[in-house]
Amino acid sequence: MKRKLVTASKSVKKVDALSMATGRALYVDDFQVPGMLIGKVLRSPHAHAKILKIDASEAKKIPGVVCVLTHKDVPRIPHTTAGQGYPEPSPYDTFILDNKVRYVGDRVAAVAAETRDAAERAIRAIDVTYEVLPAVLDCERAMDPDAPKIHDEDDALRIPDADRNLAAEMGFTIGTSFFEKADYIFDRKFVTHYAQHCPIEPHITMAYFDEQDRLVIRTSTQVPFHARRIVAQALRYPLKKIRVIKPRIGGGFGAKQEVLLEPLVAALAVKTHRPVKIELTRAEETSASRTRHPMVIHLRAGLKKDGIITDLDMDVLSNTGAYGSHALTVACNTGSKVLPLYRADNVKFDAKAVYTNLPVGGAYRGYGATQAAYPMECLIDEMAERIGMDPLEFRKKNHIQEGESSPVFKQLGEGREGVAQTIMSCGLDRCIDLGAKEIKWKEKHGGDKGKGPLKRGVGVATLMQGSSIPGIDMGAASIKMNEDGSFNLLMGATDLGTGSDTVLAQIAAEVLGVRTEDIIPYSSDTDMTPFDVGAYASSTTYLSGMAVKKAAEEVKAQILKVAGQMLDVDPTGSKLQDGMVVLPNGRRLTLAEISLQSLYILDQHQIMGSSSHITTASPPPFAAHFAEVEVDTETGKVEVIKYVAAVDCGTAINPRLAEGQTEGAVLNGISYALTEEICFDSKGRPRNSTWTHYKIFNAAEAPPLKTILVPTWEPTGPYGAKSVSEISINGPMPCLANAIYDAVGIRLTEAPFTPEKVLKALRLKARGRRTD
Amino acid sequence: MKLQMKLNGQQVEWEVVGNELLLDLLRDRGFHGTKRGCENGDCGCCAVQIDGKTLNSCIYLAGQAQGRAVTTIEGVGTMKKPHPLQTALVETGGVQCGFCIPGIILSAKELLEATPNPKETDIREALDGNLCRCTGYTKQFEAIKNAAKVLTGKKPRGSKAASGGGK
Repeated sequence: MKRKLVTASKSVKKVDALSMATGRALYVDDFQVPGMLIGKVLRSPHAHAKILKIDASEAKKIPGVVCVLTHKDVPRIPHTTAGQGYPEPSPYDTFILDNKVRYVGDRVAAVAAETRDAAERAIRAIDVTYEVLPAVLDCERAMDPDAPKIHDEDDALRIPDADRNLAAEMGFTIGTSFFEKADYIFDRKFVTHYAQHCPIEPHITMAYFDEQDRLVIRTSTQVPFHARRIVAQALRYPLKKIRVIKPRIGGGFGAKQEVLLEPLVAALAVKTHRPVKIELTRAEETSASRTRHPMVIHLRAGLKKDGIITDLDMDVLSNTGAYGSHALTVACNTGSKVLPLYRADNVKFDAKAVYTNLPVGGAYRGYGATQAAYPMECLIDEMAERIGMDPLEFRKKNHIQEGESSPVFKQLGEGREGVAQTIMSCGLDRCIDLGAKEIKWKEKHGGDKGKGPLKRGVGVATLMQGSSIPGIDMGAASIKMNEDGSFNLLMGATDLGTGSDTVLAQIAAEVLGVRTEDIIPYSSDTDMTPFDVGAYASSTTYLSGMAVKKAAEEVKAQILKVAGQMLDVDPTGSKLQDGMVVLPNGRRLTLAEISLQSLYILDQHQIMGSSSHITTASPPPFAAHFAEVEVDTETGKVEVIKYVAAVDCGTAINPRLAEGQTEGAVLNGISYALTEEICFDSKGRPRNSTWTHYKIFNAAEAPPLKTILVPTWEPTGPYGAKSVSEISINGPMPCLANAIYDAVGIRLTEAPFTPEKVLKALRLKARGRRTD
Repeated sequence: MKLQMKLNGQQVEWEVVGNELLLDLLRDRGFHGTKRGCENGDCGCCAVQIDGKTLNSCIYLAGQAQGRAVTTIEGVGTMKKPHPLQTALVETGGVQCGFCIPGIILSAKELLEATPNPKETDIREALDGNLCRCTGYTKQFEAIKNAAKVLTGKKPRGSKAASGGGK
């Protein structure tokens, strides 16, 4: 039911922003524990090798070195670092340390020392004898009969076909008459590349024993509860003796869903019984943490002359690298978050994820939808052009609308069958209209591009994502009332810089009729807060927000009951507003009065409530993105002149934070499309692991970004909200590709769109050849 | 060796070793607002002002600060008395994870000291040594423009925009 909102639609200040802006906020490395050891990891120089022998005797002699761990010193328990709910859909193909290395950068040994200098010297002093094996460096050859077997260990679990390097497989077919009714058939192959999340704070974890000898893990994570469970599993350590705390963290974008350092740091702490921390270097972060799965996507589509799409056939080959983290679910998402956007009678989807001896894929904002929106939106552009229809009209004619469903929702979930759902809110048409106006589509699209070497063009992409994983994700919260009418809000939800502590406090404040600053959020501490799956799958506002809302409503009911007792009236119909209860007869009581009564005087009890929330829906947010680019036909350089993102995220609980999510995602997507790429030499060694050579956009290069929030009301979300964080990273690659086509007539099917690729395509076009 | 410098207005004398980086020294002494992001001079989240000029403390030896005046984020403003740049970044939503913010504030501070009425291109250039992965920079440009107006008296301190009350 739609209602006027007091707090849950306002751009209140982020609750932790001033602490961050004054340098007070405590991130993992800002917390000082006396006697802290510094941990470092010895990494493989080979893409694929057996470890025959490790001699750490010289390393142990270095003054200050306290501990060296090799695969012989840690429990050998297959697990996944994916940081997903239990039971995980990713294969158990990882060990804390192993007797084999599977990519350049894989772990060989770990050291803990009194100083960083000693730890680094010890790493260099460890003598390892390798038997170097042939490596798989091309994902399209990974399943060849003669390809080396990457996971030949016999104790890995749930690898679908280790003999063929197959880490995951999923598919479905809807319809039987493929391409029978189509007047035109489109068929293209698209290639995406290795890219990294680049949180400005790299992965960092510290572990120490508290005064009760419990193991405290302070870590930069998106999934504190999964981290606790996975550390307990991988170390065979009692879960009840582990406390995981997520303090402020310096960005994650999916990379920190990975439970990457926690088991290793915990193993060092357990071995030494000393505080230990490991912080990745930037080079380790780039190529030895997690990446966006590179993909080869083959998309075929059928179209009738009247503009009806008849068929969509998507074939996905995902490169999961050396380990199968998120292999299945990212591959599934390429279909489930992209195919339902357009109606088609026949839909076929086939996805495989293969192992290679390259860095490991993981969760990355967009989660497969980013890779698949690229072929889909480029082909949609091409289809519209073929029948001479404006790309905006073509999209409006074919995209899913409010009240409609797609059979894809039921066919394809996250690693398993999905959940049928009907779209309850869709503002996509309005997103298209407002975005087109802002970019001046009618004036700029098509037409004569002039004679000079600089050509301008505009492009569009339309998008959908989801809001949480239906039937799987769960979030919980509890709220208790204090004497002054303030409330402690305890929740498992994980704020990784996104502002979820603020947004969730706003939701509680809305229910309880108080200011946001009267809500004191505390989140993500496995000893102190209720459970939450964590910050992933665009779930926090939608799912955890609903848990907070329900907990607050329980507290509200208790407050009204006490108010009724105090005044001896029936409180039915009372309201909470401005920190007071307003009874139907006009009498008012402050929350402080009520709290004091309940704690000290009348029917003494703590006013508190808790709630969990799970959802069977995952309502998609929608977006229309527009870009204007200028292509230099002499150098091949593409410059983004302006970028517009019109987004339907339901109610934006905090519009400024929602805009900020959109702008950050867009710029990340733009540099992914244009400059970001981890390159490798012929032996699988990364060539550009620092930001000097791995190019993310700085302030001078960022194009003007315009965000337009298009409000709708999602009935299943808290106060009409859907998700916003991921969707907008999916737009730039297809949007820029389409804009480049409008400018210079080349269709780029291999990302990123570097000057070299643009020039090559321009030259092919000049010679009258196809450019893809 | 003994390092004498003026840190956030206070004279300090600290023992340092020859190859110690200013970043490590500051963080070890509790000035943790200066962040470690890349240790390669690329990201700027370790930026401090040295004699008024913004530099990356991850590629600056502590000993080089001998006799100089160093300002860290802790010397710019406090939660009780924030600098207009800090207030503006909070109000505009220019702070997300916050990890890059101390460095961005020090870069912006240097800019506004030299150019009180900056154009957007000035702001973009001043920030080109600071990487932010969360915001797309848009709200940070807006914040710095707002702070410039406050510092030049064109706008009152503590504007009403985006107040915390939600009323």
